[in-house]
Parts: sequence; C-alpha cells; structure tokens
Amino acid sequence: MAVSEATSTSDPVGKSVRRVDVFDKLTGAATFTDDIQFGPNLYHARLARSPHAHALIKRIDTSKALEVPGVKAVVTGEDAPELVGMYLVDRPVLARARVRYFGEPVAGVVATSESIAEEATRLVEVEYEELPAVFEPMDAIQPDAPLIHPNLGEYEVVPFIFPEPGTNISEHFRLRKGDVESAWPECDAIVEMTFGLPQIQHVPLEPHVSVALWEASGEVTLWTSTQSPHAQRDLIAQSIDIPHGNLRVLSPYVGGGFGGKAGVTMEASAVVLARAVKGHPVKLRMTREEEFVGTTMRQSLVAQTKIGCDAEGNLLAMETEYYFGGGAYNDYGVNIARAAGYSCTGPYDIPNVKGDSCSVYTNLPIGGPMRGFGMPEIHWGIEQIMDQLAEKIGMDPAEFRRRNCVKTGDTILTGMEMPAIDVGACVDKVTDAIDWDKREEPSAPHKRRGKGIAIMWKAPAMPPNPGSSAVVRFNEDGTLNVEIGAQELGQGAFTVAAQMAAQALGLPFEWVRVVGPIDTKYSPYEWQTVASRITWSMGNAVKAAAEDARRQILDVVAETWDENPEDLDIKDGVVISYRSEREQPLKEMVVYGLPKEEEEGWRGGPIVGRGSFMPTYVTNLDFDTGQGPRAVVHYTVGAQAVDLEVDTETGQIDFLKIASAYDVGKAINPDLIMTQIEGGAVHGMSSAFEALRFDERGRPLNRSMVDYRIASAVDVPKEIHGDYVETPLEDGPWGARGVGEHVMVQTAPAIANAINNALGIRFNNLPLSAEKIFLALQEREQQKA
Amino acid sequence: MGSHPITVTVNGAKERLNVQSNETLLQMLRERLALTGTKNGCSAGECGACTIVMNGEPVNSCMVLAVEADGAEIVTVEGLAKDGQLTLLQEAFAEHNAVQCGFCTPGVLISAHALLERNPHPTEEETKLALVGNLCRCTGYLRLVEAVQAAAEKAAPSVPMKGDA
Repeated sequence: MAVSEATSTSDPVGKSVRRVDVFDKLTGAATFTDDIQFGPNLYHARLARSPHAHALIKRIDTSKALEVPGVKAVVTGEDAPELVGMYLVDRPVLARARVRYFGEPVAGVVATSESIAEEATRLVEVEYEELPAVFEPMDAIQPDAPLIHPNLGEYEVVPFIFPEPGTNISEHFRLRKGDVESAWPECDAIVEMTFGLPQIQHVPLEPHVSVALWEASGEVTLWTSTQSPHAQRDLIAQSIDIPHGNLRVLSPYVGGGFGGKAGVTMEASAVVLARAVKGHPVKLRMTREEEFVGTTMRQSLVAQTKIGCDAEGNLLAMETEYYFGGGAYNDYGVNIARAAGYSCTGPYDIPNVKGDSCSVYTNLPIGGPMRGFGMPEIHWGIEQIMDQLAEKIGMDPAEFRRRNCVKTGDTILTGMEMPAIDVGACVDKVTDAIDWDKREEPSAPHKRRGKGIAIMWKAPAMPPNPGSSAVVRFNEDGTLNVEIGAQELGQGAFTVAAQMAAQALGLPFEWVRVVGPIDTKYSPYEWQTVASRITWSMGNAVKAAAEDARRQILDVVAETWDENPEDLDIKDGVVISYRSEREQPLKEMVVYGLPKEEEEGWRGGPIVGRGSFMPTYVTNLDFDTGQGPRAVVHYTVGAQAVDLEVDTETGQIDFLKIASAYDVGKAINPDLIMTQIEGGAVHGMSSAFEALRFDERGRPLNRSMVDYRIASAVDVPKEIHGDYVETPLEDGPWGARGVGEHVMVQTAPAIANAINNALGIRFNNLPLSAEKIFLALQEREQQKA
Repeated sequence: MGSHPITVTVNGAKERLNVQSNETLLQMLRERLALTGTKNGCSAGECGACTIVMNGEPVNSCMVLAVEADGAEIVTVEGLAKDGQLTLLQEAFAEHNAVQCGFCTPGVLISAHALLERNPHPTEEETKLALVGNLCRCTGYLRLVEAVQAAAEKAAPSVPMKGDA
C-alpha cells in the first residue's frame, strides 16, 4: 500500500493520509532529546554502578571523585533518599544502604564533560558486604530465599496491588471461577506443561536520555525522551517533593519506546543530580551498554499451566500459576502480574478457572512494561497447550480456536461481559492468507515446512481512571492547532490526532497541526502513552475538543444568520447552511468573529475547544476471586498464522509468511495499522530469539547489540500479510480501539506451533535458536536409533 | 590531548575546524556543526544510526576519528533534500510509510542513498544486504526495502534487457 501526498483531504478518518511527522524525520530536522542545544552552561553526568547483585553498602567515599578537575558534584543515596514508583513505591533514585542488582546506581557525578564524569565515577569508593542473591523466581519464592526487600510492608502501594511482606512476592493476584477440581474428571483431554521465558530488552534505537535543570527559584525543568511526560511530572514531583507546578517535563520525539520509556526509569536520577548544581542543565545519557543493565527489561516468566477439554473440543477447565521474575524493583511490574492474572486464560471462554499470578523480586535488572504487558509471556504457553489439546482430540487447531474463543457478550473469567469483538473473523482472515488447509512441500529435501496459528487478547492494563485531554485552537487563516499530551513514539499518534480533529470539525486534514514537543507546562494532561490506549482515549478527548469548537462556531454563525445551528454544518473549512444554502469560510471568523448583520458590533471571538475523557466504569476486583463487574475497559483481539521452513541440517528457520489480523474497531488510518502489524510481527519474531544472559553472579553477559541480536533487514519474513476486522468499540472514537502492542503478543507461540507442525518437536522455553532446534533434532534421531 | 586543524567538506560546504585527537566524526558533526540529524545509538558501530557518506562510502561516523576526515567529502541526512525538496528516495520513504520513530531513519536513508549511487538497480536481496548494518526496531524493514526499490525504479526506470520477451 502506498500513501500519496494530497493537498486537501476531506473526511480523513478511515484514510491512509501521510504522517504529519514524516518530513522532519526524513530530513534530519526532527528533534530528539539529545539533539536539543544547551550551550556551554550544560554539565554532564554519569552514574557509578554496583558490581554486585546483592550487597549492603557499608561506606561510600566520594572525596577522590570530587578532586577531579571539572567535577562539580557527586551525589549518593544519602543525599537523595527518595523512593520512586508507579504502583508500588519501592525503588530508590540512587541506592541507599543496599544494592539489589548488578548495575544499580550508587552515585552520580556531575562534571563539565561526559568523559570527566566517567573518569570520576571510577574514583567513587564503595565498600560492600555481599549478600546471598537469588535470580530465578521459583527460587525466590522459597521460604529460605534471601529477602530482597525486608521492608516491603512499609512501601506506599496503590489499593489494587497486594504485596506479601516477609517474602519476595510483590503482587499476588487470584482468579477463581467455577470449580476446577470437579471439572477435571469431565475432561477427555488434559495437557499440563511448564513454560519459561527469559528477561528481554526493548532495544529502542534511541538510548534513554534526560537533561534536568534545577533553578535557584525552585523551578525544575526535565527534557527527556519519555512515553510519560505527565506521569513523570506526577511521580517525580511526589518523590522528590517538588510542587507539581514547579516541575516541567518537556519531551520531544521519542526514538522508540515499546514500554521501556514508560513511567520513570532513569529520569529521577537526572533531577537529583541537577539539584546539586542549581542553575546548570545536567545531561544524563545512557550508553548502549547501560540500556541493557540500568533501564527496564521485559520480566521473565515461569508458567505452570494445565488445561482440559471434552471430546468435542469444548474447553472445561484451566489451572495456572504465573511467576514473573520482576528483577530488583517491581514498582511497575506488579501491575503486569495483575494484568496477567485477570486475563490469565488468554482469549478463551473457559467455565472453570483457577489462576494465580505473582510478581517476584529477583537480583536482576528491573522488570518493567514492554509491548504487550504480560500478554506475550502468558500466550507463549497457553497457545501451545491449545494446539496440543486440539491434536489430542483430533480437531484442526484453527477450528479449536474458533469454537473456544471468547465471543461478544460472554461472561469472561472476571465476571465481566465481553464487549463486542470478533476473534473468529481474525482466525478466518489469517488462515485464508496462508492457505491453512493446504499441505505444502518444502523447498528442499532437507527442509521441513510447517504452519502454525495463535490467537490473542489484551486489555489496556492501567489504573481504573487514567485520563486524556485535548485543546484545539484556531489560527487566523482557519488552520487548527491541536494540543495533546500523548507522545509520538513512531506509532503515529500525532497523525491520528490530526485526522480526528479534522474529521470532527469538518476541516481538510492538511489544515491541522499537532503541537509538539509535549510540554507539561502547556500540553493538556495525558496519563501516559502506553497500553495501546491513545487512539481510543486521546482520540475521545480530541474528538470532544473538536466538537466543542464546532458547536461554538455554529452557534455564532447561526445567531448571525438567524438560523438554527442544527441546519448548519462545516465542510472543508466552510460553514454551510442546508436551509438557506449560505456559506461562511472559517478563516474569516474563527479568531475575529463576525459582524452582526442588522446592527452595530461583533459576535464570537477566538474559538478554543476543549475535551477530556476518562473511563468511569472500571470496578474493583474481589481480592480472593478476582471477580468484579468490569475488570477492564475493553479488549483488542487478533490472530496470527506463520508459514515457515526449518533446515534440518542447521536448525535455521526461513520465515515464508506471517499473516496477522486484529479487530481494531475502526481503522482511523489503515496504512498506519499495517505499519504496526508489520513492525510488530518482526518484533515478535525477533523476541522469540532474544534473551538477556547472566553469569552465576547475576552479571549480564550480552550488553551490546552485537551480543544481544535483534532482527536485521536480512532476518525478516519473505512476506508479512496484514489485515483487520472492524467491530466498533462502544466508547471508541468512530468505534476505534488500540492495536500497537497486540501485533507481537502471539507471534512467538505461532512460530512454536509452526515448528511443531514441521518437526513434531515442542519448545517450552524461550529463546529459540538454530542451535537449540538442531540439537533437538539430533536428540530425536538418537532416540530413534 | 592535542587539537588538530582539519578541512572537511560537509554537505557541499567547506569547514575549517580544530578537532581533538579522540573526537569522533559523529561528535564533530553533532557537537561542533550541530548537524544533529545524524544519531548516536550505540557509539560502538553496532546500530548504524550514525551512518554518513564519507568519500562516497557509507560509514558509521562513531567509528571514524574526526582527524581522519581531514580533506574528506561528507554527506549527512541534512545534505539530501535541497531547498525543502525531498529526494526521490526520501519521497519514496514517505509514500511507503517507511518511517516510524525516525531515529534510525537518517542512517537508513544514507545507506540507501550510497547504495543507489553505486548500484542504481539493486535487487531486493542487495538492498537488504546494504541495510543490514542499520538496525530498526519499529518498521520490520520490509517497507524500507520497498521504498528503496521504488526510488530506484523511479530514478531510472528499468529497461527490458535485450532478448526479454
């Protein structure tokens, strides 16, 4: 599909208009945080990091570091005792008294150059007393495991998260529906398996970077690459005790987020370092190595799952335990375990469910949100078990999914009624796209061909009341500025905002510009650009703001013409009357108003529209059962099918085709959805081969893009087929729901199912590798012999 | 640490600069000339975000010392479009929605630009190989390849070879 440049696009919703940010991004003009010029007043900071996975800090001596010429300040946890966190406030800005992972920052140095700061960090002397460390969640839940947070019970926590003080469990979510025990005897097929996934990293191309300025007046500005300008204002202001109005977070384009730049990661460190050198902006920039150590990772998971069905293929019972390896701090990760708990069945209607989902502290890098927020992790096991159940009862895996997938109006596992969606239509689209029923020959005798399918669901996982807001203001020529707080990470949020504002107001798309960079001093509130919630939530706010402006315009014109506003409309920037057929171009009136027709004076004035949106219907869930009227706002669902070949002599996989289809409600910009689908399929494929590796002392081994490989241009599937279904979402703008994360949720299990189809071999643990596949083939040959 | 006078042509403009012995070409471009279109993704030659053209060859500017650029001709992403007019390559990237977050984009464009300079009609496979040093986490690469192929076709439509039916 191609996008052509038009000069005037009416009714842009539903059209693949050109991205509003594309010119700047193609010419090098797009500004990212590290590109902002600060002049010679700028200082640079580096962090000194712990060489131990778990240790007490006995003493820190900064005197030698302070003697280095050019060093302006050295800050330690004693100078910055603050804790920071989204859901569970457990994370120190700089370690104090104890370090809990290799690479935890223990001190920060501010100097006139990055290299001087780096040199001085090596002169910060820290005396440690090593403590026993624990790295695997299944070890960390044992009663005799080293306790990583002895004061877990004292941390501030939101009301829907339940840490278990005295253990390493930072959240335990319980789901109880029906009676699994009495259902097992009814099952004709039962599959029970343990699945595992390692920690992986987001690897955005732009490393984390922040510049903080603490002025003598107490005003603080933070320029930063973040998905969460407003959440950072709130969390950092609370943590560091800055009045909210005094903290300004300014965030230009973000060079990839994928959840890694959600909430607060390293940004609070920049603020406490800037506090030590008031009046100077301080830049703290992560090296690529630090990205793999000192930011956040996708959590690891161990899943013990048992699912059963009857002979006709009806799912009857599921029992599952999820243990997320949350790393040293679970301030954000606790809500991933919760989300995995209330969605623990995947997109299936199962009458009897017992689910337990825990996040567990370990002495590894901090776990946090990553594209899919718990869903890629749990679908890895669920979708492989579903395939095996289908096989056991002799049913086609696609048919098994059509039969059991959650449907509109079902009472799902939490007791909530499923809003309108269509999983089955997505299954049909992807099976058609890869000729599911056709058995195809491999391209060479030593190769095996296989096809696999997987389906998914995901709800935006967030507090019950995350808000969005928007303001629209006209320029004198009738063009419109849309102000939002949602961030442009590459997904196209700014373009979609412009389309929606233009559509709701009756302007050509090209008349609308979105105001960036996001600046909490001027941009309207947006909770965070996460959870695939922006098209829906921000979209509702933008639509409301545009409709507010439209109403004001029509009222002024109607009064001037002595007509009824209901008879008026705005088309391509001109107010028209269906009754009198009169016309009034917006450019003559949206700032200066209109002269009264029969008398002296004027009417109207500058048009400013405002809109906000917040879901008001999400309820609490019962602590013991996870039951409640409305667990989440909605779900987005989808299916993926993979067609691949395995080379039995090398274990290498050739991806022939990945087909994806999602129920997006309404495609606001169809080609932008395709870009998400394609990028997500490759991200999902790549993630199946990725793993952070650690030595026996918890030190990360592959801290570079050479040792931690992400997919490159030569690794991609020969073809990616994207499609969508449009079952409107009741409270979505034009019916739209989000799809940014869903596009990679079920890719890894779809690949695993295709490998099994090709080879008859199952892999329970990620990562996959050619070596692993080759060795499994060898092992099978030996068993046969 | 010494300072060295160098003369270098960047996007057609001759510059005389005093650079440090350990200063990389990437630092020189971003910090001395404020040509921030060239991105720093790893400082280790791994990601390709800092790719520039030096004497006709695409190179990772983080792996080249500024002193090595003495007398060189450099092209950065800022040197592609002239007077706000996108090149055929840039236009193809816009048409094919081959841009998402935009952080790898300058490096990708430069690698593709250098490819088309030396090989006006690359095969898809040649294009993928030319972009193998440019990591991208957003797009999944297929549209990058499509855009390069489309730009090549537009710049010099392929003529049927003799003997083709």
